[in-house]
Amino acid sequence: MSPIVPNFRKASREAVRNSQVIAAVRKTANLLSGMMALAVANTPDFEALRNYGRTRKLEISGDLEKYAQSFAANAQAAGAVVHRAKDAAEAARLAIKIAADNGAKTAVKGKSMTAEEVELNEALEAAGVTVTETDLGEFIIQLANEKPSHIMAPAIHRSRAQVAELFTDRLGTPPDLSVEALVAAARKELREKFLAADMGITGGNFAIADTGAIVLLSNEGNIRMATTLPRIQLAVVGIDKIIPEMADMPKFLALLARSAAGQTISSYLSIVTGPRRAGEEEGPEQLHIILLDNGRSRIAKGPYREILHCLHCGACLSHCPVYRAVGGHAYQAVYPGPMGSVLSPLISGLEIYADLPNACTLCGRCAEVCPVCVPLPDYLRDLRSDVNKPPLMMKMAAFGAHTPSLYRLGMIAMRQMLKKGVKGLMAPALKEWTVCREPPEPQAGESFRDWWKTRSHGQ
Amino acid sequence: MNMPTTRRVSLFLTCGADALYPSVGRASVRVLESYGVDVDFPEEQTCCGQPWLNTGDAKSARIMALHFLKVFERSEAIVAPSSSCVDTVRNRYWPLFKGEPKLQDRFRKLASKTYEICEYMHRILDIPGLPPHPEPARTTYHSSCRTLRGIGLRGVAENYLKQMLGDHFVPLPDADACCGFGGSFSVKFPEVSGKMMEDKLGNIVLTGASTVAALDMSCLTHLSAGARRQNLGRLRFVHLAELMMEALEGKTR
Repeated sequence: MSPIVPNFRKASREAVRNSQVIAAVRKTANLLSGMMALAVANTPDFEALRNYGRTRKLEISGDLEKYAQSFAANAQAAGAVVHRAKDAAEAARLAIKIAADNGAKTAVKGKSMTAEEVELNEALEAAGVTVTETDLGEFIIQLANEKPSHIMAPAIHRSRAQVAELFTDRLGTPPDLSVEALVAAARKELREKFLAADMGITGGNFAIADTGAIVLLSNEGNIRMATTLPRIQLAVVGIDKIIPEMADMPKFLALLARSAAGQTISSYLSIVTGPRRAGEEEGPEQLHIILLDNGRSRIAKGPYREILHCLHCGACLSHCPVYRAVGGHAYQAVYPGPMGSVLSPLISGLEIYADLPNACTLCGRCAEVCPVCVPLPDYLRDLRSDVNKPPLMMKMAAFGAHTPSLYRLGMIAMRQMLKKGVKGLMAPALKEWTVCREPPEPQAGESFRDWWKTRSHGQ
Repeated sequence: MNMPTTRRVSLFLTCGADALYPSVGRASVRVLESYGVDVDFPEEQTCCGQPWLNTGDAKSARIMALHFLKVFERSEAIVAPSSSCVDTVRNRYWPLFKGEPKLQDRFRKLASKTYEICEYMHRILDIPGLPPHPEPARTTYHSSCRTLRGIGLRGVAENYLKQMLGDHFVPLPDADACCGFGGSFSVKFPEVSGKMMEDKLGNIVLTGASTVAALDMSCLTHLSAGARRQNLGRLRFVHLAELMMEALEGKTR
């Protein structure tokens, strides 16, 4: 949709200078990672849980289609209408049709990164449906006309003061409100939208194959309202979110709640199985579920299959030193941070996001905190083989570097060049190196090899 | 504990120490020798291949790995003053040879006898303590990502530093955060790398330390070059082996 060609170098260069955003990102990222550490420390068998998560997810990603079909059959049996979308465009078309068929003009929406992937809001708005985001973070960025910058905390880049300013500007609230007053203002605004909406839209944290249920975690109660008040309900769910049985859910829930926000369980947990049944007083008349593929079946068959195990908890983002230095928008992708740097190129195209696998120091923190042990640094390293064309100089250097005589000459030459400030072949790398640093300084005196030679002769 | 007669170790100098920091190589040799280890230096050695491996040039990385194998396969043990190079040899070589089980086995054997020098002293020589440093300076320690999460060495270097320096050792705040070097990352995204470096240097300044020790000269090349750009005054950046040598020999340099 957007004609902007992502350029991480350019975007990150600007992002690191935005001290307000970086301070806000760090504050919340520190809070989230601190809460996760505490929750994990209080869970004696967390490693066992992680292993369970990974093992179970391997079974699932090994046979995605089987579980998708099983989920679809059981959801239909519970009264839902299940649609399959092979890509984002088809999902958007299906959502528009569901709204149009039912004369839906207004929708209230829960936070969903899958909906972001589909650009669902843009599609529905273009079709004349007014969509209101009801998650507080999403509500904020919708007012600001921004995209989420964190998959779990979408408005992480905004401070309270900035939100207060935004609310004054867009909602006419008094200036400099407290967090509590801001929440109250949003609630007042949203309550009427919930009551008036024709349609409720959500994603799905899990889709349970054996019962056909959609499971949703929330801390604000907005999901409960969005799934019960409007007459039409739509859930947009990636096929990677399916887990085989309701019996799997407690363990995955334990992993997700701890990793996402340091909770043992979210404040609200909604398990939506079919629409309102005869005799029931609450719930939608129709429940539609769009199962989105958008490259997932393809990814499941390739070398990066385990990225589909991702629970979208956001822990890898909050712990990533690069993410913390630049914020989420610099990635210019729906999914930022470590999981996004794997998933975004795989979904949208390696050529579009060739920068992202390189935008990582391979520090390994993400793999350490991932609740289902996705080997993110390994994947990022491997993806570099797919996106990078080794420069000729590196090819030449490789030849030299495994030929001892040439290697030794190269070491001497490098020392001399750095000592004398002669750049030569190293000029391009040195130019980038010296953006923020002085050139490396070789120690004065004899080389190790010379020392070793004299020493062994002396002995 | 088994008690072999004499332990033999082949020093893998690393290209960083080869080109820039001869003192790190010298210190490694002298520290090992002071514990009666017989050290040799295979002169055909080059680089572990990390620059190619981590930029996605697996083909070149394989060539480098094979050369390393040729040079070091017959060694009793291989010791290097660098966690990231050891991590490469230990954890990154063998996966490059999927589908070649015999070769992969040889790389796994190589992996099982390659150590960072601080790790070797702790895990193999089982050195419980080090003597006090003769001229202790206020020192902090940068626990590199590859030390922590690559070779899984936590608290070991810090303990040795405490023994040598006592109260002169000051832990670094936010110690397990990456310094922003990241190999090619440092020149592909120098502004981000620089931002991460600034944070690390800021924490170093907070400790009031005049010496920064680590088990990875690559991080220290980046940090010392940044400290010079920021005019942070005379900070000394050393591999831990250099401080160990000073403590063991009872004199500075």
